[in-house]
Amino acid sequence: MTELSALPVLELVGPSPRALLHRRLWGHKGLVISVALLTLIVLIALLAPVLAPYDPYAQDLGRRLIPPLWYQKGTWVHVLGTDNLGRDYLSRVLYGARISLLIGASVMAISGLIGTTLGLAAGYFGGRVDTLVMFTTTVRLAMPLILVALAVVATVGGSLWVVVLVLGLLKWDRFAVVMRAATQQVRGLEYVAAAECVGASTLRIILGEILPNVLPHLIVVATIEAASAILLEAALSFLGLGVQPPLPSWGLMIAEGKVYMFFSFWLIAIPGTALAVLVLAINMLGDGIRDVAAPGGGRA
Amino acid sequence: MLGFTLKRLGLAVLVAVAVSAAAFLLLRASGDVATALAGEGARAGDIENIRRIYGLDRPLVVQYLDWIGKMAHGDFGQSLYFKTDVLALVRDKLPTTALLALFSLLFALAISIPLGIVAALHPNSWIDRACLALAVLGQALPNFFFALILILVFAVMLPVLPVSGSETWANFVLPSVALGYYVAPPFMRLARAGMIEVLASDYIRTARAKGLSGASIVLKHALVNALVPIVALAAVQLGFLLGGSVVIETVFALDGLGYLAYQSISHLDLPVTQAIVTLLSFIYVGLTLGADLVNAWLDPRIRVG
Amino acid sequence: MPLLEVDGLTVDIATPRGVLHAVRDVSFRIERGETLCLVGESGCGKSMTAFALMGLLPQTASRSARRFRFEGEDLTRASPARLGALRGDRMAIVFQEPMTALNPAYTIGDQLAEVHRRHKGSTRHQARERAVELMEKVGITAAGKRLGQFPHQLSGGLRQRIMISMALMCGPALLIADEPTTALDVTTQAQILRLLVELQRDLGIAMLLITHDLGVVARTAHRVAVMYAGEIVESGTAAAVFALPRHPYTRGLMASIPVPGKTPPGARLGAIPGIVPSLIGDIRGCAFRERCAHATAVCTAPVAVRAEHDHDWRCVLEARPVAA
Repeated sequence: MTELSALPVLELVGPSPRALLHRRLWGHKGLVISVALLTLIVLIALLAPVLAPYDPYAQDLGRRLIPPLWYQKGTWVHVLGTDNLGRDYLSRVLYGARISLLIGASVMAISGLIGTTLGLAAGYFGGRVDTLVMFTTTVRLAMPLILVALAVVATVGGSLWVVVLVLGLLKWDRFAVVMRAATQQVRGLEYVAAAECVGASTLRIILGEILPNVLPHLIVVATIEAASAILLEAALSFLGLGVQPPLPSWGLMIAEGKVYMFFSFWLIAIPGTALAVLVLAINMLGDGIRDVAAPGGGRA
Repeated sequence: MLGFTLKRLGLAVLVAVAVSAAAFLLLRASGDVATALAGEGARAGDIENIRRIYGLDRPLVVQYLDWIGKMAHGDFGQSLYFKTDVLALVRDKLPTTALLALFSLLFALAISIPLGIVAALHPNSWIDRACLALAVLGQALPNFFFALILILVFAVMLPVLPVSGSETWANFVLPSVALGYYVAPPFMRLARAGMIEVLASDYIRTARAKGLSGASIVLKHALVNALVPIVALAAVQLGFLLGGSVVIETVFALDGLGYLAYQSISHLDLPVTQAIVTLLSFIYVGLTLGADLVNAWLDPRIRVG
Repeated sequence: MPLLEVDGLTVDIATPRGVLHAVRDVSFRIERGETLCLVGESGCGKSMTAFALMGLLPQTASRSARRFRFEGEDLTRASPARLGALRGDRMAIVFQEPMTALNPAYTIGDQLAEVHRRHKGSTRHQARERAVELMEKVGITAAGKRLGQFPHQLSGGLRQRIMISMALMCGPALLIADEPTTALDVTTQAQILRLLVELQRDLGIAMLLITHDLGVVARTAHRVAVMYAGEIVESGTAAAVFALPRHPYTRGLMASIPVPGKTPPGARLGAIPGIVPSLIGDIRGCAFRERCAHATAVCTAPVAVRAEHDHDWRCVLEARPVAA
């Protein structure tokens, strides 16, 4: 019998798990494009004060409704034209990115915290906790979200932070449902049972064993909810019950430009396209992560 | 089937009651309604008056029970803004929104299910990729933006459809497209995934072994089994469409419940807002109950569980 | 003239790693009213052979044959439509796993009647009558009541009987049974096998019975064909092959089965060392040579089929009587 310690240590052949993950991540075209796009948008938002040629709130009534560069009457002075109050559209769009990203991130964080806590609890403890969470979620789902949000904002008064709070405190349902399902799946697995046998505290098990394994699902839902929050804020602001003027929320810009849209189409086209591109990038990110995190590496 | 139905019905009633309470709470507790109603520059005395007139000084529970009691008798109170009976108002506008939601759902299903089937029959081909690309793009476009574009196109370039008002059937076409396209992608993905999974089943192989035609296999044997998740989603989406129609109705000047909600919310007309939110919630609960029952009928195995 | 004549059947499947040669130059024939057992271990290509006959291959598979005649009709280049018309009507198949073979959304009666109405154009009533007739024939009690039941209400053995009656609805000339008893418990296995033998006798149908169990072969086969790695390595009448297996693989299979009365208690059962070779890419020579105790350099070249009194085998070796 050979001494185990005398045996040579086998060198693992082939790429390490980390290298494999990298290969999968970079190999997924949609993921790479969306990450690049999002990074670009975040950078633009962060550097808005530097990149914007004008103050987004500065009005110049002598220079109203100048079309963007590619129109006949366009000029380099205002690359994306000006709106009905003479404010530079490029600057407003750049600052508008900040608003959308802020909304997306904060609503995602708040609703994510609430929903994930509920979902983890329901999935882990089961029984009455589960019944209570499912019941609460069903009740929440039954309420028409946009109407309730509109009503609350109308009562409290519209502003960026009110929108963030209202949406954050109401949009946790998908987090709860998905996290609950994912937790239930993971809960029955052996390493959870092992941790319980060892006597690990419940909190430790949930945070240490379950959460890391449901992380991919969490990230995917987070992207869906962020995108949804951005579109919801745009809709609320469009209706006048969200972010208030003169803030350059893209939804608000579309509302303001609506009156002039027949002759100055860019007033709604530019912020509308910006919204679509941002939401598209976030959705592609979510899809990409889901593909990569799927068992078997998704599209190989 | 009867036992299953009764159990589901009981649960639905419980949810409905809870929802009415939750909505009531949210609307009244989100801020001081009396202050908001009084408006800016109101004096403390005015606010107190308002509070007393509308019974807002009583404990919330009392207000709720009072409201529930009246509602059970069909009394939803008076609209503060329109000065008419709330129930009459809501009843008047509901059909328009119901039709809009239904047409939107039908439109969504009409494009998504065939696309999903086609994509499932040619997985990973260019057809499949095109369908998925369409789905991804559809989800990214804000619906009010799309609505405005539709108005531009059909008011200026192709004036064949009306872009505002709610007189004729034609008025519903553009709003249904603008509302429905957004819920189509989830259905398409579900149809595609469901069909792919079902088509790989053993019982489909049996159907092929029996020499049945392709159409029979796909439409009769496969689709029925792939429909279950679609029916469940359809109920949820119908509820969402009913509640989310506010933006589209406002853009197209469609005189339905959504537009009424927008008006009453803007004017802080609490009774009307309350009634609409409650009504829509009840409809949602009813729809999901209906979906559960339809699914139990489609898949006999569900009736046992 | 044989009911089914297959010569040089080849099935290739496109995979990400290359072309998989699932079935390689397979030839056999089945006479009317006769049972041919196709024996071999998992993955040897026997199911693929059956699917190729029925036109049930996956989209990634391609099939070719020098000769493929069924009921006198040349099917080597038959269209999918033609095969579809024959499937379920003139030739039918019973699959291995009865629990998932029936559509959960439709009643038993619906699914049985369907195949009869498709091929015979019968009315619903006529088709259901025929269904009841067959269900009783396969030993299902309360057949009338079963028509309205759903698959999930029946046991595995019952479902397999339903599958058999479904296959027989249109009175086919050939019944293919792909491991029909593997997924059932031992008692039910015996019942189903007995049923198949009886049906074959009563109805005079030919049967292609696919199995990995030599015991099944012994009980049911007139002729047997042994498959290994996509090829038929030995075939002939069951009596001849069992009496004197010529191919080392067949011998290995036989040696691994205990024979009641002959194998002493505590004796070692024969086992064939090694694993099945990969069927992807080019395969030269005898596929069994790496596991064969008698392999020589000659075995790397293509091996011709040797024949003797309706008993063929693919081996270069001379036969020696097996020690009892």
